[in-house]
Amino acid sequence: MSSTAKKKGFGATIWNYLTTVDHKKIAILYLIAGTLFFVIGGIEAMLIRIQLAKPNNDFVSAGLFNEIITMHGTTMIFLAAMPLLFAFMNAVVPLQIGARDVAFPFLNSLGFWLFFWGGVFLNLSWLLGGAPDAGWTSYASLSLASPGHGIDFYAIGLQISGAGTLISGINFIVTIINMRAPGMTFMRMPLMTWTTFVSSALILFAFPPLTVGLFFMIFDRMFGSNFFDHTMGGNTIIWEHLFWIFGHPEVYILVLPAFGIFSEIIPTFARKRLFGYSSMVFATILIGFLGFMVWAHHMFTVGLGATANAIFAVATMAIAVPTGMKVFNWLCTIWGGSIKVTTPMLYALGFIPSFVAGGVTGVMQAAAPLDYQLHDSYFIVAHFHYVIVGGIVLALLAATHFYWPIMFNRMLNETLGKITFVFFFIGFHCTFFVQHFLGLMGMPRRVFTYLPNQGLDTYNLISTVGAFLMAIGVILLVINVIITTIKNKPCGRDPWGDGRTLEWAIEQPVPFYNFRQTPLVRGLDTYWIEKMEGNKEGMSYAEPVTDIHMPNNSFIPFVMVIGLFISGFGALYNQDTDKPWSLAVLIIGLVITFGSMAVRSLKDDLGYHISKEELMNEKGGNK
Amino acid sequence: MMKGLKKWRLFAMLTALIVFLSGCGKNYLSTLSPAGEVAKEQHNLMLLATAIMTLVILVVVIIYVLALVKFRRKRVGEDVIPKQVEGSTKLEILWTAIPIILLLILAVPTVALTYKLADTKAMDAKVADGQNKPVTVNVTAKLYWWQFEYKNEGIVTSQELVVPTGEKVYFNLTAGDVKHSFWIPAIGGKMDTNVDNVNKFYLTFDKESKDLEDGVFYGKCAELCGPSHALMDFKVKTLSRADFDNWVKEMKASDKQVATGDLEKQGEEIFKTSCVSCHATSGVGKGTGLAPNLATFGDRNRVAGVLDHNKENIKKWINDPQAVKPGNTMPQPEKINNGKKFTDQELDALAAYLMGLSVEK
Repeated sequence: MSSTAKKKGFGATIWNYLTTVDHKKIAILYLIAGTLFFVIGGIEAMLIRIQLAKPNNDFVSAGLFNEIITMHGTTMIFLAAMPLLFAFMNAVVPLQIGARDVAFPFLNSLGFWLFFWGGVFLNLSWLLGGAPDAGWTSYASLSLASPGHGIDFYAIGLQISGAGTLISGINFIVTIINMRAPGMTFMRMPLMTWTTFVSSALILFAFPPLTVGLFFMIFDRMFGSNFFDHTMGGNTIIWEHLFWIFGHPEVYILVLPAFGIFSEIIPTFARKRLFGYSSMVFATILIGFLGFMVWAHHMFTVGLGATANAIFAVATMAIAVPTGMKVFNWLCTIWGGSIKVTTPMLYALGFIPSFVAGGVTGVMQAAAPLDYQLHDSYFIVAHFHYVIVGGIVLALLAATHFYWPIMFNRMLNETLGKITFVFFFIGFHCTFFVQHFLGLMGMPRRVFTYLPNQGLDTYNLISTVGAFLMAIGVILLVINVIITTIKNKPCGRDPWGDGRTLEWAIEQPVPFYNFRQTPLVRGLDTYWIEKMEGNKEGMSYAEPVTDIHMPNNSFIPFVMVIGLFISGFGALYNQDTDKPWSLAVLIIGLVITFGSMAVRSLKDDLGYHISKEELMNEKGGNK
Repeated sequence: MMKGLKKWRLFAMLTALIVFLSGCGKNYLSTLSPAGEVAKEQHNLMLLATAIMTLVILVVVIIYVLALVKFRRKRVGEDVIPKQVEGSTKLEILWTAIPIILLLILAVPTVALTYKLADTKAMDAKVADGQNKPVTVNVTAKLYWWQFEYKNEGIVTSQELVVPTGEKVYFNLTAGDVKHSFWIPAIGGKMDTNVDNVNKFYLTFDKESKDLEDGVFYGKCAELCGPSHALMDFKVKTLSRADFDNWVKEMKASDKQVATGDLEKQGEEIFKTSCVSCHATSGVGKGTGLAPNLATFGDRNRVAGVLDHNKENIKKWINDPQAVKPGNTMPQPEKINNGKKFTDQELDALAAYLMGLSVEK
């Protein structure tokens, strides 16, 4: 319960994290789990690049290669990028809006465990007969034809983890609408909060189509329905639509919080208010809205016809306008500022040109007839890695350095951080820049090898070298984290010296109830305003010290998810005639889940209060 | 720190430039050396898009570098508090309007070309007596091989598409098992072969392929379709109209091919007991979709789409198809030869017979 868990035994700490409903601890859980999956996905990426380093390589077999690319994509999108962003959203957003926690702490915990066990379920496929091998898009004709249980692991694993994402998204929407401190109007919300809000709204609308698609897939493969089987009147193109109606907004679900992170970092280290705040907000909303209008640009070559292709081409180009607005606003923020090149700022400065490069190749692919050439070639591989690595991963690395003091009250080593950046940044461009040309020169994507004498050898080797540089960068970051943890030197409040928003004003380490008194927000960049007015405390208060109502920790979310995890195996093996126990497993799992839901519903859990006296003593309410 | 970084960037850019100038890929494969009207139009659209996008990148980079140079804290002073500017409506309008104009410049040709490339009305149009119907190829993509049926000519081939130059060639595309995608990079963009429906598009072929390194253009499957997706290549032979007509004539006579020589005759016997239930050796008709038609096997450029075209590779392929193309549907020899592998002599005979199947020699 307290934020100073170090006095407790190891077992107690583990139990504390298993049952916690505190957004700060859930953020740490997301960070650890997301990093774990990021490393797994990264190893898969290295295997891909080693295999493609030279023509006719036989480092991995053809079938295994398809499993690796499928798991690389799925892991990186669903199990690394999403949870790592959730880690920072959880750590920062409640503090940024002056809230005690998210609106539904219990659901927050449930969301995490759903994501985690869904991810574990998916990755267990490696040990239980082979991973999914139909690409992260899992197009229906191939995924229905895929032998073994790989695709079943994909469908059920993503279903479980997707439910977690949906729950977390709803939680953030409610939190941001309802839990803002007095004075924090919508147009005073920091950009990180705004992008979290819009991105959560996208989750709310984008994940249901995926859920539907995955259920169709599960029923087709495990229970004999025919939604996608064209010989039985089904249609495979429906899967493509459902997947991309989810899949395209998913890109914005990921990239908007990345924009948010950079919109916090850039003003901080330029010591200047974000230029064009209201147009930044407008652009965020517009991108979110347009993100739902463009999914068919992933399907230009499917044969939807000229009219559909033309409409989706123009709609896609339109997204470039709000995105361009953002880029120019960032540029104008540093223009006339006082730029301090810290590690997070270095990532932000690296992000701007990289992301512009990724954005413009996106516009090229929006031109439908040109996309007929670029689609499913290495050009698209280069494009989306420029957007995802150059945008989202750089944002995650920047946020790791930037928000480490808020999450752990420690500073990561700056010099090592800059060296990490150099390796990662150069490696990134080295890996993916040449891939544009590989695509233009006729190399299709998702190939496990290529024949010599097609002019593709040199660029592929360069690309592999770049991948190793990126790997070195990531290893350096891990070393940095270890060094910082061993040194264990507290850094206190506002260690960057230029913090602008509420999360930097709060005392460190952050008390488990966050704010002793709810702050009063007097404008955009609250903390900056207080600092400029010489307020040493860093914030004004909206209320006197009163009792604080806190939620109890709960083990129920964990149990609920374990039930689903077990029933997943039951559903998965239901199609095998030699496993008659599968139905029993399915039912037992669901009984556990619904049983724990019933316990949660029927048993009152009113939480507890920290009294005013406890808050005022020297421990500040810590027991 | 930043100085070192800038040098690095310069170095990286120079390297990139050198690598870029070193080539645009092979002229039988690369989209950067278009050899057909469709590819040329797409190439032009790419040049236009690249020009606009380079302009955007340049503008961003110039502002970015200037800002970095001018407004570093070391230069501005450690304790200076910059003016907290809210924004600028004029600038906002400027950087909304200019991109819209740039996008319109790109959008107009995009929409026009989208409609143009989708126009396949001529393939079903009636033609006057005595005139040739446009060449229409029914493409069926199967797990790791391609069938090309010429419906107006009444012939069928596989793995190697043969087309006339200088005219529109129409395609009906479909898949027989899972989704694939039909792509000849140097000739034009791809189109998916769906399992649910038939897709239509056209391509034109400007030059004869005989001058190319292998005498053929390279075609690829561009949609993940299983373990051997990477090996699902096909080849395209482009002939002048006269040569094409001649080829069609020979194809129509291909049902009369007979093996000559003892080894070839032995090979034919083995073929008739073990292979003929799937593979046809006559190019006349519609094509079964069961297995590649072998009427032109001796004229081809590759064995199984990927191996060099010689007898050793034919033997290797027949002896263990799974080792060459994992997951393909050709049976292992034990399945078609009474549970035994073919002997080396039998494989020699089969290879000799197959190499003799030709309409061009």
